[in-house]
Amino acid sequence: MEVPDGRELLRLSVNREDRLLLVRSHATLLEVLREDLGLTGTKHGCELGECGACTVLVDGTPQLSCLLLPAQVEGTAVTTIEGLARGSELHPVQQAFVAQGGLQCGYCTPGMVLAAKALLDENPAPSRDEIKEALAGNLCRCTGYAGIIEAVEEAGRMLS
Amino acid sequence: MTIEAPRDERALRVVGKSLPRVEAAAKVTGSIAYADDIVLPGMLFCKLLRSRHPYARVLSIDTRAARAVPGVVAVLTGHDLPVNYGIMPTCEDEHALEHEKVRFVGDPVAAVAAVDEETAQAGCRAISVEYEPLEAVESIEQALVPPDDEPLHDYAGPANVHRLAALEFGDVDAGFARAAHVREDIFFFEGNTHLPMEQHSATAQVAGDKVTLWSSTQDPHYVHRALAKVLGLPMGKLRVVAAPHGGGFGGKCDPFSHEIVVCKVAMMTGRPVKCTLTREEVFYTHRGRHPVLMWVRTGVDADGRILAMHFRSALDGGAYGSYGPASTLYTGALQTTTYAIPAYRFEGARVFTNKAPCGPKRGHGTPQPRFALEVHLDKLAADVGLDPVELRRRNFVKPFSRTVNWLRITSCGLEEVTNRVLEASGYARRERRRGHGMGFAVSSYMCGAGLPIYWNKMPHSECVVNVGRGGVTLYCGATDIGQGSDSVLATVAAEELGLWPGDIRLVTGDTGLTPVDLGSYSSRVTFMAGNAAREAAAKMRALLVGVVADEEGCAPQEVEVRDGKVGRMTFEEAATLAEEHLGVLSAHGTYTPPEGIGGRYKGAGVGPSPAYSYSAATVDLDADPGSGEIRVNKVWLAHDIGRSINEMAARGQVEGGVYMGLGEALMEAQAYRDGLHRQPSMLDYKSLTFLEMPEVETILVETHDPEGPYGAKEVGQGPLLPVIPAVVSAVHDALGVWIDEVPVTPDKIVRALDARAKGKEARYGPKRFPDIPYPDLVKVVPPDAATAAL
Ligand code: FES
Ligand code: FES
Repeated sequence: MEVPDGRELLRLSVNREDRLLLVRSHATLLEVLREDLGLTGTKHGCELGECGACTVLVDGTPQLSCLLLPAQVEGTAVTTIEGLARGSELHPVQQAFVAQGGLQCGYCTPGMVLAAKALLDENPAPSRDEIKEALAGNLCRCTGYAGIIEAVEEAGRMLS
Repeated sequence: MTIEAPRDERALRVVGKSLPRVEAAAKVTGSIAYADDIVLPGMLFCKLLRSRHPYARVLSIDTRAARAVPGVVAVLTGHDLPVNYGIMPTCEDEHALEHEKVRFVGDPVAAVAAVDEETAQAGCRAISVEYEPLEAVESIEQALVPPDDEPLHDYAGPANVHRLAALEFGDVDAGFARAAHVREDIFFFEGNTHLPMEQHSATAQVAGDKVTLWSSTQDPHYVHRALAKVLGLPMGKLRVVAAPHGGGFGGKCDPFSHEIVVCKVAMMTGRPVKCTLTREEVFYTHRGRHPVLMWVRTGVDADGRILAMHFRSALDGGAYGSYGPASTLYTGALQTTTYAIPAYRFEGARVFTNKAPCGPKRGHGTPQPRFALEVHLDKLAADVGLDPVELRRRNFVKPFSRTVNWLRITSCGLEEVTNRVLEASGYARRERRRGHGMGFAVSSYMCGAGLPIYWNKMPHSECVVNVGRGGVTLYCGATDIGQGSDSVLATVAAEELGLWPGDIRLVTGDTGLTPVDLGSYSSRVTFMAGNAAREAAAKMRALLVGVVADEEGCAPQEVEVRDGKVGRMTFEEAATLAEEHLGVLSAHGTYTPPEGIGGRYKGAGVGPSPAYSYSAATVDLDADPGSGEIRVNKVWLAHDIGRSINEMAARGQVEGGVYMGLGEALMEAQAYRDGLHRQPSMLDYKSLTFLEMPEVETILVETHDPEGPYGAKEVGQGPLLPVIPAVVSAVHDALGVWIDEVPVTPDKIVRALDARAKGKEARYGPKRFPDIPYPDLVKVVPPDAATAAL
C-alpha cells in the first residue's frame, strides 16, 4: 500500500513474527531489517551483492538482502540470524560453527550460517565440493574457509 | 629444536586446548554489536565529501547550499579541524578535512551531519568545491624527479621522497670481494589491500564535557592520543572504545578522518553521530601493503655460505606518511632473522604519490622483501649448484644468537619447521612433470614491536584482574580484531585461577576503563598482553591461596587451584573469604620488553622484538603452460608458535594467513589508473573464494619461548610470509620461468614463457632499479666485533 511522502506500508513476516511497517519505498530489505526492525545481526560488506554478508533466508532460500526490496518478500517467511536459535539453544549449524572454529571476527558469520543452513536443509550430507559451491558467494577474510567447511560438515552430522 | 617444558608447565589445564572462542555464541547469533550496529537516541549520520582529483589545490569551498538542505544539522570543513595529526610523530601530515590541498582521490574535504544518511549525502552533493588541479605523481620513478608543481608535502624531498635510510652492518664490500659467487636480482611487489569484511565505522557521543568514541579501530590508545591533539581536549575527557571488530589486518591502525569528524560534530551539536564508510571509501582509505621495488645482491663462498648482502627498497607510499618511516625500515630489518648474514647493507626509500596512503598490512613491510629474498636465494642456489633447501640450511640463524643488525634471537624453530613441512609435503619426492610444481620458503616475524610508535616509558601492556560478586573480571586495553585476543587473555587468566575461559568476564579495548595496551598490531597481543594477564592472574591466585591456606591451616604450596576450587573451597567461597580479610580484590600485571633486544643506532627501533616466530611453507600447484592459469592444490605450513594458547584458534590464524598470502601471491592488487583505483569493489578486487582456496595442512611446532606466556609466540602474521615466495618458486618448478613480480597473474606467466620461446630471459619482472639519492651509510659495528672490542 502506497502512502504519500515516498513511503510504503508493508506487512512482513520476519523470524516468525508478523510486522506492519511504514518504510521508505526505495529502502532495501537489508536497511529495513537493520534500521527499521533493529535486527543488526544481518551484516553489510558492500551493499552491491558482492560479498554475501547480508544473506537472509526467504522461504528457506538464501538471498542477498542488499539486493531485495522489502515489497518483494511480502507474503514470504524471512529468517535472519536472530531467528535461528530456539530460545537460548543454538541451532546445530550455530553450534558447529562455535565448536569447529568456523568464525574469527564473526562478521561474515551470520550470512555463512544461514547459507549453510539452507544447504543442509536440502542436502544433509553434502560433499566438500558441494559445500564450497553452495557458499562460494559468501566471502570470509579471516578463516581461510577451512574452519567453515569443517563446521558445515559437523552440522550435517548433527542434523542427520 | 624442542625444549622440555619447565616442570610447572607440564600440567597445563586450559592452555593449549582447542576451545571455542569466548565470544563465539554472540557472533553466531548476531547479537554482538559491531561499530555500525550501535544506535543511540537522537543519533545523527555523517558523510564525508571526498576529492575526485588525485592532486589539486583547494581554492574555495562553498557550503551554503548544503546548510540549506532540510535535515542537515552540521557542515564542517578543514577550518573546523585545523590541527594536523598522524600516527607517527615524525610525519603528522594529515588533516581530518583538507582545506588547502587534496592529495589523492578520496581525500576528505568536508563533512555533513544530518538526520539520516541520505540527507547527509544530499548535503555533500550540495557543497561546491573549486579545485586547481596539479600534476599528479603516479609512480616511484616519477616521485624521484623534481615535480613541475610543488611536492606533495613541504617536508618531502628531494623531489617527492618521504624518507631515506642507509645502514651498513659489518664490511659488506670486503664480503663481496671474498665471495666465490655474487648474484643480483630485481623484484617488484604490487601493493594490495586489507579488504576487511566490515567497513570502518565510528560513533561519538558527548555527555557533559566528556566525549566517547566507539570505533572499529585496532588500537584505541593511538586514536585516543590523536583525538586529544586534534580536538584540543585533555585525554581524561576522551574515551575511545574499540567496538567488536569485523576484521582489521592492519587496515584500522591509523587514526582516521571519520573518527575525528564524528567527535567534532558531537561536540558541536550535542547529539550522537555515526559515520560508516562505504566499500568504495574503504578502498580509498586503504593504508595497505606498499608497492615495493627491490634490488638485492648477495655474495656466497664456495660452500654457499652468505658472506655479504646488499638490499635496496623503494616504497610507493601514497599520499601521506602513515606508518611510512617504520614500513621503510621493515623492508630491511628481518632478512637477518632467518639467515646469518655476516655483513649487511640496507638502503631504503619511501616516496609520496597521489594515491591512497599505504601503511601496515599483515606482515607490515616484510612480505615484500621476504618474497624477494627467498626467490633470490632459489636463484642463487641454482647458480652454485646447490639444492635450494640445502643452501638455506647452511645459512639458518641459530637459536639464542644475535644478528648482524643487533636483533636478539631467542627460541628459533627454523630447522624444525623446515623438516616438518618438507616431510609432510614429500617435497623431495615431488612428481616432476611439466605444469606441476612445488615451492618452498621460510620466514620469521616479530612477537610485538620492541618500541612503541611514539616515545614513552609506559609498559606496553597492563592488565587488572578483579574478583568480586561479578566473578573474575579482566581489564586490558588489548583489542580483539577477530584474531582471538580476548580468548587468549581469558585462557591465561583461567589457567592461573583454576577456571575455564568462559568464567572470565572481559573488559578490553576501552581507554576509559582499561589500563594501557598499545593495540592489536605487530603481532604483539599474545606475547605482551598475555604476559601482563598472566602476572595479574597469578598475583590474584596468590591472594586467594594465602587466605585459604590460613583458613585451612596448611602451607600455601599445599593449596591446589583447579577445577573451580581453591583448596577445599569453591572459588566463590574463597573469593568471599579473601574479600572479608583483604577488602577489594584487585591485582595487576604489566609487560615491558626487556632492554638490549636491539641495537643503539638510528633506525634501530624497527626490528627488535622480544621473540620471533618462524614459518615454513611448501606449495603444490599446477600451472597451465598455455594459458598461465594456476591451480593451487595444497599448502603445507609449519609454524613455530612457541606454544599454542588455544590450538583451534592458532590453526585458524595459520589457515587465514595462508589464505591471505595466496590472495596476494596470485591476484590481489591495489592498482590505479589516472589516480583512480582500478577495482574499488569486492567483485572486481579479486580475492579467493571457497572455490579457489586449497587444502591447508597446518603443523604447529612448539619451541617454548623462555619469555613468552607459557612459552607462546605469535601466529597472526608470520604464516602469511613464506606463502608468497613458495608460490613463485612452485611456478618456476612447474614451468621453468621466474615471475619476479607479485601478484603472479596468468598474463605474466604467458609473457615469461613467450620471452623464453624467443630466446630471451625466462622471466617476467622489473628490469631496472632507479637511481635513488640514498644518504651516506650509517656504519654500525656488528655485535661480535663490538663485544670483541670491549
Ligand atoms: S552487503 Fe549484500 S552482498 Fe555484500
Ligand atoms: S570471520 Fe572474519 S570475515 Fe569471516
